[in-house]
This record gives sequence, structure tokens and C-alpha cells, in this order.
Amino acid sequence: MSAAAPLIDIRKLCVGFRGRAGTILPVLHEVDLSVCRGESLGIVGESGSGKSTLALAAMGYLRPGLQKLAGAVLFDGQEMFDRPAAELARIRGGKLGLIPQNSGQALTPTLRIGAQIAEALRLHCDHDPATHRARACDLLEQVRLPEPEAILRRYPHELSGGQQQRVAIAMALAGEPDALLLDEPTTGLDVTTQAHILDLLRDLARARSMAMVYVSHDLGVIARVCDRVQVLYAGETVLTGPARAVLRAPAHPYTAALLAAIPRLGERTLPRALGGRPPGPDEPREGCAFAPRCALATGACRAARPDMAEAPDGQAARCLFPGAAPSRDAGHAAPACPADSPCVLRVVDLSVRHARPGWHMRLRGRVPPATVAGVTFDLRRGETLGLVGESGSGKSTILRALAGLLPPASGEIVPGDGTRLAGAVERRRPQDLRRIQMIFQNPDASLNPRHTIAEILAQPLRLYFGLTGQALAARAEELLATVRLGAECLDRRPGQLSGGEKQRVAVARALAADPEVVLCDEITSALDVSVQAAVLDLLNDLKARRGMAFVFVSHDLAVVRALSDRVAVLYQGRLCETGPAAAVHGAPSHPYTAALLGAALAPDPDHVPRLLAEDAVDPGPPARGCPFQRRCPVRRGAICETDTPPAREAAPGHLIRCHIPLHELCATAPG
Amino acid sequence: MSALTATRRRRAGALLRDLVARPSGAIGVALVVAHALMALFSPWLVPYDYKAMEATITLAEPSAAHWLGTDHLGRDVLTRVMLGGREALVITGIATPVAMLWGGLAGIWLGLRGGWPDEVAMRLVDAFLALPGILPLLVLITVFGTGGEVLLPTLAFFFGIPVIRVARAAAHEVVARDFVAAARARGHAPLDIVRREILPNVTDTLLVEGAMRWSWMLLGFSALSFLGFGVAPPRPDWGLMISDARVYMSLAPWGVIAPVLALSTLIIGINLTADALAGALGLDRGRKAVI
Repeated sequence: MSAAAPLIDIRKLCVGFRGRAGTILPVLHEVDLSVCRGESLGIVGESGSGKSTLALAAMGYLRPGLQKLAGAVLFDGQEMFDRPAAELARIRGGKLGLIPQNSGQALTPTLRIGAQIAEALRLHCDHDPATHRARACDLLEQVRLPEPEAILRRYPHELSGGQQQRVAIAMALAGEPDALLLDEPTTGLDVTTQAHILDLLRDLARARSMAMVYVSHDLGVIARVCDRVQVLYAGETVLTGPARAVLRAPAHPYTAALLAAIPRLGERTLPRALGGRPPGPDEPREGCAFAPRCALATGACRAARPDMAEAPDGQAARCLFPGAAPSRDAGHAAPACPADSPCVLRVVDLSVRHARPGWHMRLRGRVPPATVAGVTFDLRRGETLGLVGESGSGKSTILRALAGLLPPASGEIVPGDGTRLAGAVERRRPQDLRRIQMIFQNPDASLNPRHTIAEILAQPLRLYFGLTGQALAARAEELLATVRLGAECLDRRPGQLSGGEKQRVAVARALAADPEVVLCDEITSALDVSVQAAVLDLLNDLKARRGMAFVFVSHDLAVVRALSDRVAVLYQGRLCETGPAAAVHGAPSHPYTAALLGAALAPDPDHVPRLLAEDAVDPGPPARGCPFQRRCPVRRGAICETDTPPAREAAPGHLIRCHIPLHELCATAPG
Repeated sequence: MSALTATRRRRAGALLRDLVARPSGAIGVALVVAHALMALFSPWLVPYDYKAMEATITLAEPSAAHWLGTDHLGRDVLTRVMLGGREALVITGIATPVAMLWGGLAGIWLGLRGGWPDEVAMRLVDAFLALPGILPLLVLITVFGTGGEVLLPTLAFFFGIPVIRVARAAAHEVVARDFVAAARARGHAPLDIVRREILPNVTDTLLVEGAMRWSWMLLGFSALSFLGFGVAPPRPDWGLMISDARVYMSLAPWGVIAPVLALSTLIIGINLTADALAGALGLDRGRKAVI
């Protein structure tokens, strides 16, 4: 830390809102924060911990309904909340830039990129308007966008998510900021894109010696960009310290538990779940906020709120026993699927189109390539197949086709009994419907908010088993117990449950059918890591005890690695590589798998992602040749554009579809 | 499930309390209830026979004997105003739910079905909405004649058409959500999906829409009576009374003012109730409707 005065200095900030009963409920409780020029601070916390509120408060802004109760927010030595509106408007976007999570929504859809950057320049710089265009080009070059002249003429929807985020960064840079606030700027992006953006942000902050406040729930991201970390829990700072120390040996048990809950790429073990949930603003708090979930808690922890205490390696923790937290121990491994178990689902040469090509397209021979093509795999009883790929790779499309929601254009779906399954769900036999169940990404969308949990669980039970009355209630209670929820949930509605509880209800609803195959569509991506670990644990338990088979779709390679027996890597709806999880994660690798693995982040300060592929998003699958031809870093030339790559067997069951011979792929892949 | 009906009843009770707690809701509900009670008990409360004419006191001013004066045939205005809402309330009170039911179901079905039936039906609805509302009503009535047995289905049919549009929009938003996809993937029948997944999420919108439709229909019915196509004389009706009395407005303004006041208090009452209902259900009609 430099000796200079901090640029952003927040002292004992308390923020709250007025509850229904008229009492003030705290969202932030005596939070301190300070960042100097050239320093980058990561604010970490789970949803509801107040991290975004804190970052916005640094700009002198609070969301409607929130009010500042006490404390000071100083920027450049002056209180932000006392400044007149005009001055605030000049500082925000000028000396103090904000990069929001979803810049697709932050950019105006009706204006060209050039006009939007020019607006930022006009508001925050005294440059001559004639130079704006050149300045805008210069800014886009700084954020490493190719062909800036062309980008200036485009509208936001013509850019990919990563490009939009770069434009947002360029706009923030237009005001020549001293400090940047980043609110989960890479959360919605693909891993390869995320790695590029993080690199860019790091380099920019160093080159311009800016102060950065980086808000994220992802410790892997924090490890990549931040010097110092501040961990928030239920609106309180529980730990601050250098990033390296916090990630290696956190002095607070909450951070230790959070780290233990993150699945790691190199390990085939399940992460450890953290039980319970943080206290809400309306719950009375005595003592340490984390005490109810803490393994180390004693009577003293519950009696009084601990102060920040010095801890090893320059950390400070709000804990009575700083540094006593156990270091990360290995979780337990997921049970492997027995080799002789029978096949419960066979998919042969599946291809899916989102829109049927019209007659005029067919007449002119301009039928666009299918969204998903040539997907073939087997699923055995008690097996988990991981489907991995970036957004637009067709993972969810395949699941929807298997569930019958999107009838395939061609190919076969064959359940265990060997009969061919009809494409559309309406034409499937009732017993086939029961066998395949799907769990959706976002439980807020997949559970009807108007029904009680009892009613939600009753639907499959009535439909498939005709249960009524007492038997129905008993079975629903049993299902809730299976997903580790109490019977008291039966009368609640989804809105009264937390995110993790809702997703467990969704799992219970799928289990109600007693299915053979469960399709999981990114089911943990909307959840916090500690909750994610619990859901993964539950799936594994079901797999081991009931022999259920899962098709688990995720963009998170570490989660897939921890859970899956076999992995299939998809790019633009085509399989690149399939095989046992260990083989796919090791060498040799398809160049795309290598790029994905290389770009993945880990909550480890020494982990350096390797950027292989370009982060541009292709317009659609190419008509011929290898699907990865446009971004491939080791392209072989013309053959990649004309011929479909052959499937080569690197090991029994491990198929790689690439023109490059296997022994050469070994050299390009990570060891 | 008895537990489920109990929750529903609890919810209805809470909704009513929430409704009356709002100023607009309290006034609106009071007005509507007052009109309903009046329509129910007026035959026993009226001071005179509504047909009784007294040639000696035509167009009399309000007095102790005739509080609101008399009309051009010497009939007591108060009696006729008290009775004048009965037919309108009964016919629109039945026609509104019918209109909501068929319009709502058609709209939900179109929202769920999509594709060409949706396209065709919505263009037809657009074409109909482009016509002045009273015109098609008049055409049907000229063909089939007046009377309750024609008016009721006619009103129910024509006032159901705009409901299609509202129900379809509300259903469309729900259909796109994953819980409908989940129900489809489980293999529920389409009717089951409509009943269990979609209806509970659109009833609020339809309830508020229904209250609005009712006030529109009352106005439509009164307009028909005013034009002579509604209630047949000598039976009393506000629209008809306004039509009859407007000729003598300079001589006997109370003959017009009284039925106008009666009709407008009822319509204002319904509108205020609808507004408060929308607020209590969390649907702000000023802003975009959220479900």
C-alpha cells in the first residue's frame, strides 16, 4: 500500500432502508473501504451481502429506498453525498468511471457506438469536437477492439457481449478517470472472453495508474485482477488483506468456507458445501453474523460482535479467532459410474434447427446449417455426462430436444428399452415422459410463483402416479426430505424461499417422476458458490443411491469436472471432443478444449490463464469444415475449411474431432 | 385439496381488506355496494308506482311529495331513478363475466398456440377495434330485435373481443417462462397447462380488465337505451330517462340530472374499484402491467 492519501475513502458507512414496520433495516453496517491510486481492490461477497450497494455508494449514489445513515464517503478528500448534483454528474463518468455488469443494457440501442463515445467525450473532456472521432478510435484501440473505425459505425446489438463490454470500458476511459468501479463486469461472459477482458483491465489500470474497485462474487476473477481483497458478509466487512494471503490462507472462517466451496479444475473432488444462509437485514443480530454457520463458533462469538483483529500476512478479520480457520481440505470424490451399467439413453446423430427453413430458402439452396448437428452419445445408468461449451454452443438446445420441447430435425433418441422416442413431447408415450425429466437454469422462472411448494410437487405426482390426498402429501414431504428441505416448506410459495432452496424444490419436482434420466440446464449458474456446492452434493447423492443418470450442461469446466464421469465439449452445436472426464481434461486435447481449459480461472493468485483463442463470437456455424475453424489458434489451412474433421480415438472412449494428428495435439495441449 | 381452498379464501379476504384500505377502493366499493343494494331492494322502497302518471303535475319541480320532481308524463322521477339501474345491472352483470370468460379463454389459447391462428385472429380483432363500438351493436340489434335475450349475448360477444387482446398479451408473457416449458416437458395436457400454470398468473390482469369492461358495458347499454334500442318503455332505465327528459331540460333539469348522477356514480364507483384492485394486486395500470 502506498503512503499517499487514499483516493476513495469510505469510513464507517451505514446504509439502510425503512422496513414495513417503520424501523430502519441495515444493508451496510459500519463498512470501511480505502483505495489509493494504482491499487485494485476486490470486493467479494455472496448475493445480498451489500457489495453492489457499497460500490455505488462510492459514487455518491444509493438505489431508491436506501438511505445513508452514518459515515463518510470521500472521493479525493471530499464527501460525495454533500456535493451538488451538477458536480456529482461531472465526477461520475469523468474522474470516477463505472462499468456495469450488463453493458448490453447500459448502451443505448438506438445510437451508433461512435455517437455514444462522442457523448462521453463531450460531457467529460474539453477536447475540440473535431478530434472526437480520432479520440474515439484511439479509445477503442486501447481496449483492443480490432477495426475501430468499423465498430464506431455499428449499433450495440451488432456487437458480441465481450465487444459491448469493451465499448463500455472505452466509454469509462473517455473521461480519463482516476478511479474505476467495476460491478461484476465479466459475469455474463464466456470464459475465453472473460480472460481477455480481465487482462485488459489489469493492463489499463497499471498503465494509467488508476484505482480500481472490482466487485465480484467470483474469487477466481478477484485472484486475477486484484491486489487487495475485502470480503463482505451480510453487510459487514469480515476480512481484508492482500489478495495472495486471503486466497491462500484466509484468516476468517467464512472466506475459508467460501474457498472450499469452489470446485477446482485440477481436482476430481466435490467442493464442500456451506450450510445455512446469511442473516437478512430484518433479522436481529447479536454477536458475529457468521456465528450460526461457523464451525469454530463459541459462546463468546454469539454474545458480542467481534471487532476487526490483526491476522497473519497483513490481513484483518472480524473474528475472535483470526487465522484459526482450517485450511482447505480435500472434499470427497464423486462416486464413479460402474462400468457394466446398462444404457438408459442413446442419442444418435441428433440435429436441431431453431427455425425450419422456408420454401424460398430451400428453392435457392441457401439452407443455413443446423444449430446442432451430428451429436451422438450414450448415457448409462448412474452416469453423469457433462456438456460443456460457451454460450451459443447448443448445450441447452440439445437438452430441449431431448426433453421434446424442440423437436429435432433428424437423428434418434432411444431410451433404455430400445424403442425410438418421438421428437415432440406431445407425441411421446406417458411412460417415456416420466423417464426423462428436466431441471431449468433459473428456479425463479421454472417454478410457478402462484403455486405453493405442495402444489408444485403435486403436479408430477398426480400426472404420473395418480396420487391424491394423504398419499400425495406424504410423498411430497418425502421428496422434500430427499432434497434436505423441511415439511414446513410445503405451504410456502417460491417467493418465500432462497435461491438455493428454490432450486432444490425444482430438483425435488424432477425426482417426483422417479426418472431414469435428469437433464440439468446450468442449474447452479444462478446460485452462490456455497449453495452451488450443496446442490452438486445432492445430485451426486441421487446418482449413487438411486442410479439416476444426469446430463449436466454447464459453462463452468470445474463444476463439470467435479461432477461428471464423461464430458462432451461442444462448439457451435458440434461435438469437438468426448470422453472420460479425466481424459478430456488431460492431454491430448482438441484445440477448443485446450482454449477453454486454458482460459478458465481459479481462485489462486499464481494461476495464469493462457489465452489461446480469439474472443470474437462467430455469426453462426460454418457451412462446411471444422466448426472451430475461424477461431482455432493452430489451424492447418484449407482442409479445416472444407472437410469435416475425423473423429480420432485417443484412448478407449475418448474421441477428438480434429484434422491435426493426435501426437501433434499432445504438444499443443496443456499437460 | 382443502388446504388449498383455505389459502385461496384467505387470499381473497386479504385482498378485500387491502382494497378497502385504499381511499379510492373504499369510495369505489361503497358506491358499487350502494347501487347493488338499491337495485336489489328498490321495488320495496320506492314511494310510487313507476308507471303511474298524473296529468296534473307534469314536469313538476322537486317537492316534499316528489323529491326529484316528475317527468313529462307526471311520473315520479325518484321512483324511476331508483328502479332505472336494475335491468342494466342485471344484463351487464351477466354479460361481463361471459365476455371475460370467452374473451379470456380465446386470448389465452391464442397466446399459447401462437402461429397462424394467432396472426389471423389478432388481425380480425384489430379490424374490429377500428370500428366505432356502437355500430356493430346497432347492426345486430336491428337484425334480431331488442330485449334482454338479444342484448345480453350481443353485449357479451362484442365486449369480449377487446378482452382477447388483453388476455393474449398477459398469457404471452407467461407462456415464455420456464414453468410452462417444464409443464409441457412433463406431458401435461394443454388444458391442464392453461388451468394450472397460465390462469393463476393472468387472473389478476383479467380481474382488473373485467371491472373496466363492466363500466364500459354499462355505458354501452345506457347508450343503446338512449337511442331507443335498449329497455322498452314504460320500464324505467337511466339511458331512456335521459333521452326522454333531455327535450325538457330547460324546463325540468332534474329529470336529466338525476339519472345522469345515478349512472355516473355507478361508473365512477366501478372505475375507482378497478384502480384500487389493480393497486392491491400489484398491477399498476399507469405503468406497464407486471405479472
